[in-house]
Amino acid sequence: MIRYIARRIMNMIPLLVGVSLVSFLVVQLSPGDFLAEIRLNPVVDAATVDRMRENLGLDKPLYIQYVKWLASILRLDFGYSFAYQVPVWWLINSRLLNTLLLSIVSLVIAWLIAIPIGIHAATRQYSWSDNTLSFVSYIGISTPTFFSGLLLLYVAFVTGWFPIGGMTSLEFDDMSTVGKVLDVARHLVIPASVLAFLTVAGLMRQMRANLLEVLRQDYVKTARAKGLAERVVINRHAVRNAINPLITIFGFELGGLLGGAAILESVVGWPGLGQLILDSVLRKDLYVVMGSLMLGTVTLVVGNLVADVLLAASDPRIRYD
Amino acid sequence: MATQDITGRIGRVAARVERVRARTPMQLAWRQLRRHRVALIGGGILIALFAMALFAEFLAPYSLDFTDREKFFHPPTAPRVVDEQGRWQRPFVYGSELVELGLTRYAIIPTQKYPIRFFTAGEPYRFLWLLPTNVHLIGVDAPGRLFLFGSDQYGRDQLSRILFGGRVSLLVGILAVSITIPIGMVYGGIAGYFGGRVDNIMMRMAEVIIAFPGFYLLLTLSAVLPSNVGCTTRFYMIVLILSFIGWAGFSRLIRGFVLSLKQREYVLAAKAMGLDDLRIILRHLLPNTASLVIVVATLAIPGAILGESGLSFLGLGVREPCASWGNLLSAGTNLVNLSRYPWLLIPGGFIILAVIAYNFLGDGLRDAFDPRLRTG
Repeated sequence: MIRYIARRIMNMIPLLVGVSLVSFLVVQLSPGDFLAEIRLNPVVDAATVDRMRENLGLDKPLYIQYVKWLASILRLDFGYSFAYQVPVWWLINSRLLNTLLLSIVSLVIAWLIAIPIGIHAATRQYSWSDNTLSFVSYIGISTPTFFSGLLLLYVAFVTGWFPIGGMTSLEFDDMSTVGKVLDVARHLVIPASVLAFLTVAGLMRQMRANLLEVLRQDYVKTARAKGLAERVVINRHAVRNAINPLITIFGFELGGLLGGAAILESVVGWPGLGQLILDSVLRKDLYVVMGSLMLGTVTLVVGNLVADVLLAASDPRIRYD
Repeated sequence: MATQDITGRIGRVAARVERVRARTPMQLAWRQLRRHRVALIGGGILIALFAMALFAEFLAPYSLDFTDREKFFHPPTAPRVVDEQGRWQRPFVYGSELVELGLTRYAIIPTQKYPIRFFTAGEPYRFLWLLPTNVHLIGVDAPGRLFLFGSDQYGRDQLSRILFGGRVSLLVGILAVSITIPIGMVYGGIAGYFGGRVDNIMMRMAEVIIAFPGFYLLLTLSAVLPSNVGCTTRFYMIVLILSFIGWAGFSRLIRGFVLSLKQREYVLAAKAMGLDDLRIILRHLLPNTASLVIVVATLAIPGAILGESGLSFLGLGVREPCASWGNLLSAGTNLVNLSRYPWLLIPGGFIILAVIAYNFLGDGLRDAFDPRLRTG
């Protein structure tokens, strides 16, 4: 197993080099660099702009710029944000926790809901509750998060039950610790339910399909023939095997923790990584874009690896070596 | 004579049996699909949506750019059949006037009634881009306005814009997938057929694209687009971006399938007959991936639609004055607008409708082509 993991990590190196090359080239393709904007500023004279260009290495040929950027990335130095005048890592760091908070909370809620209702739907196949759940899950996977986000914001506005947008209230700084936690939790309700709805819909369909598949197996028949209670057959024999393939999905979701909520964050004003990358894309803040793109990709790739390893660890039938 | 007759008869019967038995996989799949109620509903919705987009000029009461500056953010005008004295009348709408500018509140003018007319004269257009005419399915006489879905900040009819916007939103999925499919098929076909080092290198390259978080890459790529181009050019560029992101995952699927197909006898036979590799890939391997391709393509279209609407929603996709369902919905991003003019959310319903219809149809096709892939 350790050899397998080591080999996978070795394979990740050319992949990440490729990814960095693509992100670098894409961002370079972008028309106009940020210095063009500074040049338009009458307060800054031409010599300063040239000096900045030199300092940032923008006067060098492309491949040197790329190698320099790659070398600094390896030291976790993602460069400097033009717009905010702070290191990119500092910016990403300030947003990372918020995005993780949102993704992890919605992920936990989604799994807690999806597994039981998936089991419910599979054990009562084609009943009215199964059909209803199927239909709702179709709506779930077909609704873009920005739309469900807007819809919930409207509901929040009409009912006044939840704060509209953002992560904290205006008087956040004056609150007690408990008050702060509650405040963030209240702000979390809308974005987390939007994300959870989407995840529940997909996960529940998968769980239902897996369980239906398992229930057709011979060992389930054997278990029933032994005279075991249906509850035991389902919970001890069927569900355990049906959950196994979901581990792969779990890995994908781990990988998607950083990238899954991009539009939603900007709709509900959640100060996360998705909003950061959107703002930087609009401002042509190159290094922030490249940094977030790289970070999102690394998480995705690592998530896939974790998925494979978890699957192998949980299922003795799978051998990688 | 008699024996000949009998042989002839047997032959005819055999031919008939043959006709009954020999169904192509496509015919079998079609039979399956016809029994799949959900898939038929999905297909029906899609046909209706495409017809709406195709005949937008005729169906829409107004043109894409029609503006009534005095009726901005006008709430939906409800057709009525009972007038203020409780008398039944043919469907009509009331005229209205702005009574409170700050809150954009409109009041009905009971004395102004505009009967809803069908096949009525309106703005001139070319029916199906050919026939010049001015007949619209539905409309009211001039100073009155028929805003069935309300109007936007410029006083444009939202229903009309949704109908026209459907062209962009529906076409983007079809176009993106029709670029993705041939590229993915050829790329995946070559990689899977040759295997070994070729496969290794080609797949490593595809994996680079797959490794990116899709929407981040979409955002970054759309920022690369020049912003000073027209609507149509921008639309095609969005299509290109969506295909650029989509081809890799698709080619990986094809490659896996071809990998298993190439062990079959007919491929070995073709090789033994000395057919060249390209012909084996194009004539023997890829046609056999057809069922997989149809299913995956149908399920990939909603992804492209969601991608486009997400981008347009953020202002990075199709831009004003063009309409797509995503950019129509972006009027609701402003919380003040959203809270006062909730009808701005209506375009989102059309996105869901289209995406859900494709998912219905795609799942039905999957069940029809390959019952083993069934998810219930």
